Amino acid sequence: MNNSPTPNPAPAIDKVRAGLARRRAAEKRFRAYGLSGIILGLAFVATLFLSIISQGYTAFFQTEVRLPITFDPALLGIPANAPDQKALSTADYDALVKHSLAELFPKVTQRRERRQLSDLVSGGASFELRGMLLSDPSLLGRQVEVWLPAGDDVDMLMKGHFDRNAPESERRVKDNQIGWLDQLTGEERLVQRFNTTFFTAGDSREPELAGIWGAISGSFYVLLVTLSLSFPIGVAAAVYLEEFAPTNKWTDLIEVNINNLAAVPSIVFGLLGLAVFINFFGLPRSAPLVGGLVLTLMTLPTIIIASRAALKSVPPSIREAALGVGASKVQTIFYHVLPLAMPGMLTGTIIGMAQALGETAPLLMIGMVAFIVDIPQSMFDPATVLPVQIYLWADSPERAFVERTSAAIMVLLAFLIAMNFTAVLLRKRFERRW
Amino acid sequence: MQPTALMIVLLVITSAAYFFGRRRAVSAAGGQPRYLNSLPAYYGFYTSLWSGLPALVVLALWLTLDSSVITHLVVAGLPDELRNLPASRLSLVINDIHNMVSGNVVSRPDDPVMLAAAERYREMRTLSLAALTVVVLALAAAGGAFAWRRIHTDLRARNAVERMVVLVLVGCSTLAIFTTIGIVLSVLFESIRFFQAVPLTDFLFGLSWSPQMAIRADQVGSSGAFGAVPLFAGTLLISFIAMLVAVPVGLLAAIYLSEYAGPLLRAWAKPVLEILAGIPTVVYGFFAALTVAPLMRDWGSALGFHVASESALAAGVVMGIMIIPFVSSLSDDVINAVPQSLRDGALALGATQSETIRRVVIPAALPGIVGGILLAISRAIGETMIVVMAAGLSANLTANPLEAVTTVTVQIVTLLVGDQEFDSPKTLAAFALGLLLFLVTLVLNVIALYVVRKYREQYE
Amino acid sequence: MNANREVLCMEPELTETPIGVATPVTPTTDTMPRRASVGRDVRNTVGTITVPNPRMEARDVNVFYGEKHALKGVSIDIGAKEVVAFIGPSGCGKSTFLRCLNRMNDTVSGCRVAGQISLDGSDIYDRKVDVVPLRAQVGMVFQKPNPFPKSIYENVAFGPRIHGLVNHRNELDELVEASLRRAGLWEEVKDRLDQPGTGLSGGQQQRLCIARTIAVSPDVILMDEPCSALDPIATAKIEELIDELSQNFSIVIVTHSMQQAARVSQRTAYFHLGHLIEVGSTRDIFTSPQHELTEDYITGRFG
Repeated sequence: MNNSPTPNPAPAIDKVRAGLARRRAAEKRFRAYGLSGIILGLAFVATLFLSIISQGYTAFFQTEVRLPITFDPALLGIPANAPDQKALSTADYDALVKHSLAELFPKVTQRRERRQLSDLVSGGASFELRGMLLSDPSLLGRQVEVWLPAGDDVDMLMKGHFDRNAPESERRVKDNQIGWLDQLTGEERLVQRFNTTFFTAGDSREPELAGIWGAISGSFYVLLVTLSLSFPIGVAAAVYLEEFAPTNKWTDLIEVNINNLAAVPSIVFGLLGLAVFINFFGLPRSAPLVGGLVLTLMTLPTIIIASRAALKSVPPSIREAALGVGASKVQTIFYHVLPLAMPGMLTGTIIGMAQALGETAPLLMIGMVAFIVDIPQSMFDPATVLPVQIYLWADSPERAFVERTSAAIMVLLAFLIAMNFTAVLLRKRFERRW
Repeated sequence: MQPTALMIVLLVITSAAYFFGRRRAVSAAGGQPRYLNSLPAYYGFYTSLWSGLPALVVLALWLTLDSSVITHLVVAGLPDELRNLPASRLSLVINDIHNMVSGNVVSRPDDPVMLAAAERYREMRTLSLAALTVVVLALAAAGGAFAWRRIHTDLRARNAVERMVVLVLVGCSTLAIFTTIGIVLSVLFESIRFFQAVPLTDFLFGLSWSPQMAIRADQVGSSGAFGAVPLFAGTLLISFIAMLVAVPVGLLAAIYLSEYAGPLLRAWAKPVLEILAGIPTVVYGFFAALTVAPLMRDWGSALGFHVASESALAAGVVMGIMIIPFVSSLSDDVINAVPQSLRDGALALGATQSETIRRVVIPAALPGIVGGILLAISRAIGETMIVVMAAGLSANLTANPLEAVTTVTVQIVTLLVGDQEFDSPKTLAAFALGLLLFLVTLVLNVIALYVVRKYREQYE
Repeated sequence: MNANREVLCMEPELTETPIGVATPVTPTTDTMPRRASVGRDVRNTVGTITVPNPRMEARDVNVFYGEKHALKGVSIDIGAKEVVAFIGPSGCGKSTFLRCLNRMNDTVSGCRVAGQISLDGSDIYDRKVDVVPLRAQVGMVFQKPNPFPKSIYENVAFGPRIHGLVNHRNELDELVEASLRRAGLWEEVKDRLDQPGTGLSGGQQQRLCIARTIAVSPDVILMDEPCSALDPIATAKIEELIDELSQNFSIVIVTHSMQQAARVSQRTAYFHLGHLIEVGSTRDIFTSPQHELTEDYITGRFG
């Protein structure tokens, strides 16, 4: 058995030493590949965030113009004393803006130039003036200095998104308009202020009037429906599968099903929602209720999987102790196991909710992609959600919508990061090692 | 009574039932709860379940079915010439009636027939609500009373309540099955209708896709071409580019993190990479369409290539970035599952770390990695928003990544977004594409999950 | 990560006694007759740690896992073509010391080795030393058989391939066959070399791991409880194999089984709570231990 020649040890180790330099170089190369994989991944994250923040941060400011506005009944076309509510709300507020601009720039007389002049101020200025007068009728006949939003082109120019030095024919803001703007700036009538409209308004065709509040409300109602359905159902399903279910073909099937549903493309859930909830049950299109139902089905697998993991991590000794003092199985689970598993379940639920908040594709299928100006007041009103709003704005041609899209993305990401951070904190705070 | 109000009343009744049930149990035991079979609260739950559940089931069923039943009755009452309209026209009429009922603007506000129908609809709705109120409240009261009468000291209330609880749990866990069935049925029915208009072979093997050609709704025969091969090709092209980005980067990152990185880098780089996984796809779509695609077009023209502004390359690369954390975290799990003893074995023979990884760890982890990549491919195929925003609409049959291609998901969205007639082949085609998408991803997922599971069992 | 190399001066925590000098027998309540002459509280190594022709020499080796001082001032020689057995109760540091001998402790994070270990006179913890040739010279067989999930042939060919020991396929075939023969596995597997190594029985797997180790022609083979996962028949085969291999290799074996140490080794070292308590010829250790702790362990009073 031991008749094979003994290999001479010296040559072997010499051969090993001979190859060392080559192998060390290969080792270094491989390490470098791995490191470059990480760096590339991190660089992608950085690029994505930098590109969105650099495009979007300006949207949090809005150029505004200070105009001396005289609430002149004659201009408004209403009776001077005690006009009724209806007259006030249908009056011609545009005329006030035009008149004020004409007084500031008395040299502008041509029809075309006057139109260019009134383009400096947003079309939404008249709504603001109407609001002022409606809430305080005593303004009638008086002159006040009012800050009004500038038009989106002016806003873009002031923020430097339009090149002042480009040839006039390629520029949306013409030379004479730039002259007026410079004059207004000189008179301290043109400044950038915090853009409250962006956070309080619904959607609009005019970028300077468009806001995300409508979409946020829509997202809120959708998530409300999703949360109130998927959390109890998910936890119940997890409890059954982990604590009660016998091991047989049927539970195997359920398990395979859940794992598979977690990987089904989200758009397929949209098709389901369209065919079942809208066409079969006749629920209203574009309603947060339907969106919430679809997202419930979508996030359920995530929640069930996380909740099962949480239940698994509760040691059997807890169950045995409770059963040992005569508690029923249901009592054991509801009074002893569930409270211990709750942090894990909540973490999974928050992650599922974050997933639902960012979801777009299935909601396009059920009509949540409509242009909706009004802010939804219930889960039956037509609504859109934040990601869909981003999708809609990303499609809009106006330059000003690019920054608003980026800003909406920043808001969405802020929500998501806050949710994930909460989940991490929750896990850290309640993590137990048995 | 409005359904919401009815629900609130029902809630009040069940709470009252709980209270009365509990009290009766205690008094049946002569004020000594220890003589009861179960804790007093269980008698309360028992009573309120009896009063609430049947009423709730009836309420739910009624609300689901009532609008279609009423519509059916109203249509039955319409004059013959309206009733015998083709299905699509009839649905317009029904829509009009619905709109009139809810006070919206309609196309024929003054048609007396329509007005009468709307009036009938309104009456029936009122009637239905009234009937519902009576039935639900009666059921709640009857159920509560029945349970209340049955309460005595030997009633095994806890067992009854717990049986109900378990039933509810079972119901919740079967929802997954119903979801799958729902998906299959909802896409299958419409797909079958589609394949009645367009032969299956034309759909699967046709080389031309142009569903937009239908000019009039009744022009069924000439409504464009439905050959889906260009869509498959486009989907595969973009997914392939995505995998070219995601697999090497994700895999290398996972290897570095699990085998080389110190605890500090691991603690920071891993969550940062996972941020990529948490970013909504619409954000990637925006990034692809507004940042990456123009960049590639500029670079391309600087190098003398013509790059389409909706090139497959831009969409694919960004999709790849999205999938990186998916690949890396799955591979990380799988690599960590390789037992340390195998690494020790190789290292003890004098292998360098990279030799250990390449020749022992990776081959050992390969099944798991392949499973993870399959899941990633399934994800790439089903990804929607990036391609909707950054890929093209026209179906090009090309393998050139610099040109614009379209994908299955893009077509589903384009065909279904906006107002569509529900039975035109154009709309139905979306469901056929959905069916296909579901089947392909299902097969990929099942294989991948099986492979990963087998792999895990091997080292457990 | 390389372990920090520091030579620490050990604090004399316990009574200093010159090596080999008999100390008075400590009074004991035990009724058994005692022959050991060194008291239980003595922690210096008793017996001769040196050999005439050493391959490896360890001097004052200390190992720390983070804050934990796992090995305290161990000094011992490993001679050429001898079998040394390390015995001692669980957690005594014998495996830790074994892993120091081919720097396998480098892979454990937070592990720091201080002291001096040399192979053929050169320090293996020197900064300039590459672990690759070191481990090619000092091979290791683990507690649980760990064949790679590859074919039997590839398992044995792994070492020669990565080290570039052979130039032709024929040479490799010969080397694989020779290694399997010397591990006593050839006859059992020669018809299924292409089948996975994980499909073999436990004892066969362990012999495959030994074949894998000797394929790179090491000078020293470290065995970390190689039979603890095996049945008695497989254990007997491995022991027989160790005996044969000792004609060509130095072998260090960690074992829990005193019988095994007695059967296979020429010298035995007894470890206790991180200290090397006693070294001597196997016969002496088992028949006339000098240290009371050794005697306690040998006679089964604890361990």
